Amino acid sequence: MDHLDRLEADSIDIFREAVAESERPVLLYSIGKDSSVLLHLARKAFHPSKPPFPLLHVDTTWKFREMIEFRDRTAAELGLELIVHRNPECVALGINPFDHGSARHTDMWKTQGLRQALDEHRFDLAFGGARRDEEASRAKERVFSFRTAQHRWDPKNQRPELWRLYNTRVAPGESIRVFPLSNWTELDVWRYVEREGIPVVPLYFAAWRPVVDRDGLLIMVDDDRMPLTESPRHELVRFRTLGCYPLTGAVRSEARTVPEIVEEMRAATTSERQGRLIDHDQSGSMERKKREGYF
Amino acid sequence: MELLRFITCGSVDDGKSTLIGRLLYESKLLYADHLAALEADSRRVGTRGGELDFALLVDGLAAEREQGITIDVAYRFFATEARRFIVADTPGHEQYTRNMVTGASTADAAVILLDARKGVLSQTRRHARIVSLLGIRHVALAVNKLDLLGYSRESFEKVCFEFTEFAADLGFAEITCVPMSATEGVNVVGHSELTPWYDGKTLLQWLETVVVDTEENGPSRFLVQWVNRPDATFRGFSGRVLRGTLRRGDEVRVLPGERTSTVDRIVTMDGDLLEAPTGSSVTVVLTDDVDASRGDVLAFAADPAGVADAFQAHLVWLNENGLLPGRQYLAKIGARTVGFTATKALQLNEIGVDSVHFDTPVPFESYRTNATSARSWCSTG
Repeated sequence: MDHLDRLEADSIDIFREAVAESERPVLLYSIGKDSSVLLHLARKAFHPSKPPFPLLHVDTTWKFREMIEFRDRTAAELGLELIVHRNPECVALGINPFDHGSARHTDMWKTQGLRQALDEHRFDLAFGGARRDEEASRAKERVFSFRTAQHRWDPKNQRPELWRLYNTRVAPGESIRVFPLSNWTELDVWRYVEREGIPVVPLYFAAWRPVVDRDGLLIMVDDDRMPLTESPRHELVRFRTLGCYPLTGAVRSEARTVPEIVEEMRAATTSERQGRLIDHDQSGSMERKKREGYF
Repeated sequence: MELLRFITCGSVDDGKSTLIGRLLYESKLLYADHLAALEADSRRVGTRGGELDFALLVDGLAAEREQGITIDVAYRFFATEARRFIVADTPGHEQYTRNMVTGASTADAAVILLDARKGVLSQTRRHARIVSLLGIRHVALAVNKLDLLGYSRESFEKVCFEFTEFAADLGFAEITCVPMSATEGVNVVGHSELTPWYDGKTLLQWLETVVVDTEENGPSRFLVQWVNRPDATFRGFSGRVLRGTLRRGDEVRVLPGERTSTVDRIVTMDGDLLEAPTGSSVTVVLTDDVDASRGDVLAFAADPAGVADAFQAHLVWLNENGLLPGRQYLAKIGARTVGFTATKALQLNEIGVDSVHFDTPVPFESYRTNATSARSWCSTG
């Protein structure tokens, strides 16, 4: 078995352990490349059965339009149940990154929205596509990560996790977040997408797109809700990660295929989350968000 | 490219996190935005007077930065021309031993650091013993902070002798001693003029060449994790080949028990396989409608694993509440959770040899001969 075979086998192992030992599992589907890989692995883990859990997308109404199209098409083609949750309070207040700032926007739509959805459906285990190479606090997290009934992560008091044996015991209300891609790197993900021919949102590939400069990032104007004082210009760009369009920076790139992306990555000198505004709100902000229940 | 998983361990303040930061930095494996964040953090909360404080690269939790210590294991990924690496940087404080054990359990090799001025401390010994218990056989002893002793060859050799003598009974296949200064980058990546008397491997050279023990082959063992029944026509066992190669047509015994059957199909989403090597995650269909469930092991029938309910075992106790003789606990054995009792008391972070009684028979193999399938883990319950 080569490196990708082993990563695949480990992730499948994690999926099966999690499903076998939980009552109401769910897969947090955020539509990006990691979610695409996660879903592909879930299908492999349970074939010929379908993955025995629904997909949950915590929507913010500010995702790229192409993401939403891709999400709906994927769920329909695979015949999987898709739950879309939008925090009703955010809908009522019209929470958006322009008027309310990225921190409040992310907290209310994503963190609070996720907690609402998990509580409403009483999910006791949620799969996520986070990887340890993404960020310093994620590098510290267990594969099976315990959450209190208030969805809090306590990084100072994580459970031991030996070999491939996972502690799944929880009391009512408590839950586990499971990260089958913990030991994958960004490059592994792209190589696997290439090898397996996994569909990903076209925004990952370079194309001429309308962009403006905001806070040092290249922001794509995806719809007419974005306040503009200038006319967007067209540049050949792609995205390394996908989130809410007003908060996700594009990179100038000519990579139009997966092999070209892999080639570009090998020469990369910045990390993928460099383009994510929400990570830079303050130092240690990912850990703080995770402690509050963010994925 | 080959993968090496290794840990850095040793007593507190011996420079583990600094070493990893230095490895990443010197191998030019830091992204520009991470380096910029490190420069800013070093000025803000660093302990090196504004110079780059490499520990901040791995000590990613707020509480760790606040206290200047490592609390939990951090995993970092890097690659050189020779190999790819996953390094687990483990905490030195005794209080966080369980996090060190977590990191060590998946490692192929260990870098044990010690402060040349302090020599072998009790925590160095504890970590070396845990490394040995977990079956890691390749060890580098990084004799760190030699800059504070003027790169004295005599001090280096004294500490090496002290450690190798202590470790003689721990069953390591090799102990490579490297004279080092992580903060100054001496013998981490390249050789240094400051230690002209040392012509052995630098730490990175050792990591690039240390032998990765491949799983010993032998009679196949398949762990059933999940019974796969999409409809009335299909009944398969989804799980993992823990050892050996599982082949279509193999006669297997369902452990624990006497039931036997034959492998009819090895199913994957990419099509059926004729054989599945060690480590593969597949779904097995048997020719007979035998009963097997989660936690059972399908073992090569001509040479099955043993089954027992009483063991003598090394225990590492990781709970604040000590192990009480005779009290019921739960153990996770493969994909099975069983009750057990022990006969001796153990305190937090204590290592002992004890008699353990399970409330049901479990398949077993020696950890020495087969680290993947033979493992147990206990939790209070």
